[in-house]
Amino acid sequence: MMTASDAEIVQFDNVGLRYGSDREVLADVSFTLYPGSFYFLTGASGAGKTSLLRLLYLAQRPSRGLIRMFGTDAITLPRDRLPGFRRRLGVVFQDFRLVPHLSAFDNVALPLRVAGVSEKDLTKPVSDMLDWVQLSDRIDARPAQLSGGEQQRVAIARAVIGRPDLLVADEPTGNVDPEMAVKLLRLFEALNRLGTTVVVATHDVHLLRKVPESLIMRLDKGRLSDPTGALRYPPRRSATGTPA
Amino acid sequence: MTGWLPEFFKPAKGLRLLAQADSASGLLAGTRLSGPMPWVIGMMVTLTVIALAGGLALGSIAQGAANELANGVTVQIVNANPEAREAEAERAAARLRATPGVASVRLVPQAEVERLIEPWLDGQAGGEEAIPIPALVDARLSAAITGETLGALRKSVREVAPSARVDGQSAWLRPVFSAIDAMRWLAIGMVALLAFALAAAVILSVRTAMGLNRETIEIVHLLGGTDIQIARLFQRSVAVKALVSGLLGFLVGAGVVLVFGNRFAALDAGLLSNAGLGLGSWLLLALVPFLGTVLAMVTARLTVLRALHGML
Repeated sequence: MMTASDAEIVQFDNVGLRYGSDREVLADVSFTLYPGSFYFLTGASGAGKTSLLRLLYLAQRPSRGLIRMFGTDAITLPRDRLPGFRRRLGVVFQDFRLVPHLSAFDNVALPLRVAGVSEKDLTKPVSDMLDWVQLSDRIDARPAQLSGGEQQRVAIARAVIGRPDLLVADEPTGNVDPEMAVKLLRLFEALNRLGTTVVVATHDVHLLRKVPESLIMRLDKGRLSDPTGALRYPPRRSATGTPA
Repeated sequence: MTGWLPEFFKPAKGLRLLAQADSASGLLAGTRLSGPMPWVIGMMVTLTVIALAGGLALGSIAQGAANELANGVTVQIVNANPEAREAEAERAAARLRATPGVASVRLVPQAEVERLIEPWLDGQAGGEEAIPIPALVDARLSAAITGETLGALRKSVREVAPSARVDGQSAWLRPVFSAIDAMRWLAIGMVALLAFALAAAVILSVRTAMGLNRETIEIVHLLGGTDIQIARLFQRSVAVKALVSGLLGFLVGAGVVLVFGNRFAALDAGLLSNAGLGLGSWLLLALVPFLGTVLAMVTARLTVLRALHGML
């Protein structure tokens, strides 16, 4: 059995998830995410990647097992403490989930406004972030006026604007060209170097090679395989949490 | 550039921020000043103002009548002989004047009595052949009449005027007071029902708006938004609608009250002359749109919080 410590961002222990009375979409999932690590979550379509991510970003409670986040039992966490945990997360949804009647600027600014950042203090970082994802000329556009790739970049900008402790991205490069995919991956890496733990779910095996120091989690029919043992027995880490 | 407000998640402070508050609800689709709810609230406020004004007017009537009649005593001298009737009335008035606790005594002139009852007797009052009319003595006591003081006065007056009937004036109008009291309770009940109806309209409207904005609410939740932050968005939107439509509803209701008040004032008829609304009553009526706004805000907040409680 794994031992938990406060240094671990996330710990899953024998987690199972079923919807209604159907068979489990996730079964006996155990892993630990450490601060400052970069993880890829791979698996065929329907393997349970999105379900696992939903558990990670606290949109779902598991049917069984233990989940600890930021040193706290996330399963018995009272509802009124969830917002505080969610503000430490950044999420890129597969379907983007942008607010349709808000501009790109307002969508990206949303996490900061939720966190109570004043207008004065959020204008520059939001503009800079939109500039970084090459959407500075589209700040007033609403999602319906943006292409799929542009919406995805807005979704990514929204997820990272608050410098989260844990970034969870579901197929974040699925709708962008290869050049932009690499650029976005570099953004995730930059965040990762600043201490953010990154989990990227992807079909794209070529993407895995772009981040050599990343760890790979593979889901197969709801079960997590750990062929290298890196998840259960991760490499020794330095005091800062980076691989030694 | 944006429809957002500075400090948009912080509580609105006063009317100055109302326009901003509505703009803040830009996060919510389809919750601007549209749809039936503002109309419903406006009509509710109009009806509440009218019902409340009716209740206040009835209270004013009852209070005015009670003030006039509470200390009043009427002595009727029921004697068919005009000379004897006049003599008894004089003696009764003199006895009353000499009685401690009687503030004033007025022997009502026979001509005034005949004029008062003329409409009912079709000109047959007065004269030798006329129906005998009782002589009246109107007395005011310095304190409200009790059964004890009335009994003592009766005994005292009958010693000098055997055909005297002594009655407290308020006793005559007891059934009227009872009816007025019932109507006041009816008005209070109507105001309560209208408040319930307003709350129900807000609940329906908020639930509809929540259904339209379910996706946005989920997103805000997943980004770390609290239930209170989400509830505040709805309550601000509802507050703006309720206040604007409530003030319009108040103006309409106040107009109706003024028109009916003038009509009743023109009647110049007995008890109704007390039906006017004082400054205090008008101030209370002016509070109705604000109280309606508070009720709508609280209802919206509780509705949202209750609905969100079922979400993760």
